[in-house]
Amino acid sequence: MVKVVVDGIEVDVPPGSNVLQACEAAGKEVPRFCYHERLSVAGNCRMCLVEIEKAPPKPFASCAYPVNEGMVVHTDTKMVRDARRGVMEFLLINHPLDCPICDQGGECDLQDQAVGYGSDVSRYEENKRAVKDKYLGPLVKTVMTRCIHCTRCIRFSAEIAGTSEMGATARGETMEVGTYVEKALTSELSGNLIDICPVGALTSKPYAFVARPWELKKTDSIDVFDALGANIRIDARGPEVLRVLPRVNDDVNEEWLGDKSRFAIDGLKRRRLDTPWVRRNGKLEKASWADAFGAIAEKLHGLPGEKIGAVVGDLVDAEAILALKDLMGALGSENLDCRQDGAQVDRSRRDFYCFNSGVVGIEEADALLIIGSNPRRESPVLNARIKKRANLGGFPVAAIGATADLTYPCTWIGIGPETLTSLRTGSNAFADVLKNAKKPMIILGSSALARDDGAAVLAAAWALAASVGALSQEWHGFNVLQQAASRVGALDLGFVPGANGKGLGQMLGGEVDLLWLLGADELDTAKIGASTFVVYQGHHGDRGAARADVILPGAAYTEKNATYVNTEGRAQRGFAAIFPPGEARVDWRILRAFSEQIGRTLPYNDLDQLRAHLEAAHPAFGRIDAAPRFGCSDLTGPSGNPDAVSAVKFAATVANYYQTDPISRASATMQACTDTYVRPVAQAAE
Amino acid sequence: MADSSAHDAGEAQPTSFSFDDESNAEIAVIVAKYPAGKQASGVIPLLYVVQKQMKRQTGSAWVPRVAMDEIGRVLDMPPIRVYEVATFYLMFNTKPVGTFHLQVCTTTPCWLRGSDDVVAACKSETGITGFGETSADGVFTMTEVECLGACVNAPILQVDDDFYEDMDAESTKTLLAALRRGERPKPGSVIGRQTSAPVGGPATLTNIGSNTQGGD
Repeated sequence: MVKVVVDGIEVDVPPGSNVLQACEAAGKEVPRFCYHERLSVAGNCRMCLVEIEKAPPKPFASCAYPVNEGMVVHTDTKMVRDARRGVMEFLLINHPLDCPICDQGGECDLQDQAVGYGSDVSRYEENKRAVKDKYLGPLVKTVMTRCIHCTRCIRFSAEIAGTSEMGATARGETMEVGTYVEKALTSELSGNLIDICPVGALTSKPYAFVARPWELKKTDSIDVFDALGANIRIDARGPEVLRVLPRVNDDVNEEWLGDKSRFAIDGLKRRRLDTPWVRRNGKLEKASWADAFGAIAEKLHGLPGEKIGAVVGDLVDAEAILALKDLMGALGSENLDCRQDGAQVDRSRRDFYCFNSGVVGIEEADALLIIGSNPRRESPVLNARIKKRANLGGFPVAAIGATADLTYPCTWIGIGPETLTSLRTGSNAFADVLKNAKKPMIILGSSALARDDGAAVLAAAWALAASVGALSQEWHGFNVLQQAASRVGALDLGFVPGANGKGLGQMLGGEVDLLWLLGADELDTAKIGASTFVVYQGHHGDRGAARADVILPGAAYTEKNATYVNTEGRAQRGFAAIFPPGEARVDWRILRAFSEQIGRTLPYNDLDQLRAHLEAAHPAFGRIDAAPRFGCSDLTGPSGNPDAVSAVKFAATVANYYQTDPISRASATMQACTDTYVRPVAQAAE
Repeated sequence: MADSSAHDAGEAQPTSFSFDDESNAEIAVIVAKYPAGKQASGVIPLLYVVQKQMKRQTGSAWVPRVAMDEIGRVLDMPPIRVYEVATFYLMFNTKPVGTFHLQVCTTTPCWLRGSDDVVAACKSETGITGFGETSADGVFTMTEVECLGACVNAPILQVDDDFYEDMDAESTKTLLAALRRGERPKPGSVIGRQTSAPVGGPATLTNIGSNTQGGD
């Protein structure tokens, strides 16, 4: 450690730190624009100037100056104040005074720092420079005259997003930040440009002129659009969710968020189910809760448990899953399934379906094999973590499946599961790379399990992990990358067919008379037997609701206090930002109310009691926010036969990142993204 | 000030570009100079290769956008990184130029020594009204450049890659007329100055012969 004295405060910082980090360690605020702790150092805004004793008598850019043993730093001397005031004056020369009409107003680094470190008057009377705005796609709005050339967006798109599209063209007075050739940014992480832009040059297009930050009520929550469970902050005003921003959680999403998670929220206001519906004479009619419950109770009357089934969708919280499971148990049904995609799992051990290395484990790994997955589409933020590791070098990545641009170098060594066999027998050269790695990592996509030979693929991937030394006491290198936010929680709670229960296929095939769909929209409703009575409980009028005989309006993820378990097995809690619309209610309460109606009251009256049951059902729910990482002491694999894999190639996963669920399908913004990014590619391929 | 159209690729862009055999031979030599994986360092020489090839093929030494994409492909670097370099350096023309590219230095030493006259002469001879323009016949493009590093022989008029030094209005007119005729006068001082020695011959060390070469 290196000892540094900042304004009289002695701090120890790791060697290689810069002076700015030392100042932060001492609790001293240093203004900055270009410096961002997750990006490379540019040192071009010159706002972070400090004075250093026994160094040349000039201000130093603290972000780009390494610490030395015994260095004495001053962050608040006359020289520093004058220098920063001078820098601020230069920055403002060409920055427009349009704060009143700027969306960054109120949360603008430049605004704040101009107040804190700038001069109170302007001496500049000349004309300001004007820059043409750039088109960056349907998500990011640009007002390039406001740009102060910090180059954060350029570094972000190259280093984090992995799509080098932003750049600074020309120079001096004529320098402009943009893409040069007009194009929409092709990154699924482009929304983060809005967050890292310290001024109002890059702002949110859908949120333009909608609200001021001080009008918003901020609620901590968890993202449900993929299985990573990114930590988010929901900003709402009155009954409306206006925007979603990432929250910092270094173990999960750092401070990034995928574009779908950020921008699909306009879908929360469209196609909502805000009242119960009952199908009468083949037509859905609005009804009261009593009518809807009555219709279901009437159908249930005398129905044996084996004729009742339930399916859980991808966005459902653990509370609702447990309540539905308990209700089905009370009705004597073991026909449960949470796998709308038909994935074959072995839930005898948790590490057969979790991302065991952990997201932070990616940074420790030194070789990676991706099987039947496109992490960029399935979880762009997790992919950014792989990109972060790849940037450091010494990280060979290979993949089996449909080729795709993952934003980091990747060798495609096969298209189907037979490559797993060749890796296991050592006939594929990448097997040696994995064997020679200290911490080899294998990521198995959940869609690779949603095939006829899914169990065999799971077993083969596990066997490969065991054979290359990815499973040891200290390191668990076997990872399943789930795609649904509800999946791990549902598997933890055992929402799968019981011993004599029917699976999804049988339930759809007409073997049950009453099918309860809890937010299940990703299944083929056309397969549901014509005589099956379908109850749809959920928040959007999507595929499931269209087939339903009774619709129970539920709450979306922004409208309930709910627990989700991410692909790592990390239980996380979100809070309700707004109330469900109209007659809609929180899902577990609907189930609790219905259970009372049919005389099989569920044993919990409030959320705390329900959560006590959750904790009793699986210990993961007692460890909120934690995902302890374990080594693997038992190499016994899952139940499938690793040699029974077929030669069918892995299909490309997530054809359209922007529309994967009822919320994003209802979103106009996501439709615009689909039109911009997905359609042209599909047309070109035809 | 350079025009802001440096930021868009412009309208008159060709739709394709590929290196010819001569260029490919040059590229092989350039890329071999850098360690494997660091070939992106060759972006500036390759931009020159493009500009020369365009001069050979179209008579206009410029770098079209598709050629920058091609450089990105050859050097395995994102196209935007090539755009950044090409637009940063003024010696790369991102728009077509005339057959002769007149680059007038107007920085202080040249200006003190009469670069205004050179500019005026260029304008009157070619019909160009301002910097960055191309003459109506497409023969000349005049741009304003910063210090060319030949201040001792100011003012300087650079034509394509050649320096013409100690210019004035008259010699500029003569030079442009010669270029129009297809001649290529010998580059260097137009008043017969020996390299950067004083005008009229050496003032010190006078016993050294006038045919002494540098380094003797």
